[in-house]
Amino acid sequence: MASYLHAFGAHLPERVVTNAELAERTGKTAEWIESASGIQERRWAAPETSIAAMGVAAAESCLKTAGFPTNKIGMLIVASGSGARGFPGPAAAIADRLCLLSVPAIDLPMASAGSLFGLALAMRLTETYGDILVVASEKMSPLCETEPIDPNTAILFGDGAGAALVSSRPGRWRMLDASLHTDGQYREDLACDGTSLRMNGLTVILQASRKMPASIEEVLARQNLSAQQVTAFLLHQANLNLLTRVAKALNVGPEKIFANVQRYGNTSSASMLIAATEWAEASPGKGPIVFSAFGAGFHWGALVADSAD
Amino acid sequence: MPESSRPQRLRKLVQEVAGKPAPEDEQESLFESGLLDSFALPDLVSAIEKEFAIKVPDSDLNPRKFDSIARMDAYLADHM
Repeated sequence: MASYLHAFGAHLPERVVTNAELAERTGKTAEWIESASGIQERRWAAPETSIAAMGVAAAESCLKTAGFPTNKIGMLIVASGSGARGFPGPAAAIADRLCLLSVPAIDLPMASAGSLFGLALAMRLTETYGDILVVASEKMSPLCETEPIDPNTAILFGDGAGAALVSSRPGRWRMLDASLHTDGQYREDLACDGTSLRMNGLTVILQASRKMPASIEEVLARQNLSAQQVTAFLLHQANLNLLTRVAKALNVGPEKIFANVQRYGNTSSASMLIAATEWAEASPGKGPIVFSAFGAGFHWGALVADSAD
Repeated sequence: MPESSRPQRLRKLVQEVAGKPAPEDEQESLFESGLLDSFALPDLVSAIEKEFAIKVPDSDLNPRKFDSIARMDAYLADHM
């Protein structure tokens, strides 16, 4: 049975944190931060704002765009790498606040690639569960403020949430195929223990710059599509320099790679769905779209969809 | 004209990617010295693959293998 993407939604906290503000904390210059990451500013949530609260806001935004009633949701999948360790995860809290009191709500405790894995799982599960709401919500700012501050990671991250409605009912984009991968031998190269984050930037960038294009080409080849035929690439917004390299590896112009990392920073698993939300709101053209992400684990992959009409 | 040695060819690649002269000391870390950053590393690996007509498999994408001209030379000696 085919699955369809109906709508996206996003929530971003109000507080804007500029490079100038972070320059004071990290000992770097605002210019260096932008040069190293492409990021000009990011959003940080208030201390009292929870991952669940941001996830609910993104979910409600998505359902409003879709014009779909919350009580018809058949399954909830919530990705978050920054959620508190232990149980239950944020899926239960988000389900409760959405008044989803009996449908299965699944946590994916995954960082950057979590929303991609959520979409791919939802694509395979709509036959059983009908309408599946995929939410990704991240509160990365506490990790950026933990002493001692690591300038190389503190400059990158922002807070936010994204959501997507996946359904067996015909919708705006038909989901065609997905490829998911994990290589656990690198699990210590990008990791968070709940209070601090450590990243081996050389390994992460080297692996991501190879694996994202490879997974995209893998899934496109299976659908007899070329990267040049793709209307837009909606990628995990890790770093503008990485997005540029992915475009180069795929031999496509940078205009095909949607980017909003400049304004929101790296919002981990939420970033791909926040990007999709803004891209969809801009009345994009028809044609194939590709999602791809890479993150801690390492987990990575790609998903291709096409306009349904 | 004599053919360039492998370290000479590697030094030239490093200079092209970094946009700065490569160190004379073949053992010097290209990353700790600040000559190359994390985003230059993928470019350097791609340049090595093109120059030496090899494919570096994902399992060999370890930054330590490309940390100095001497290490890159050793890697190529084992894979060419």
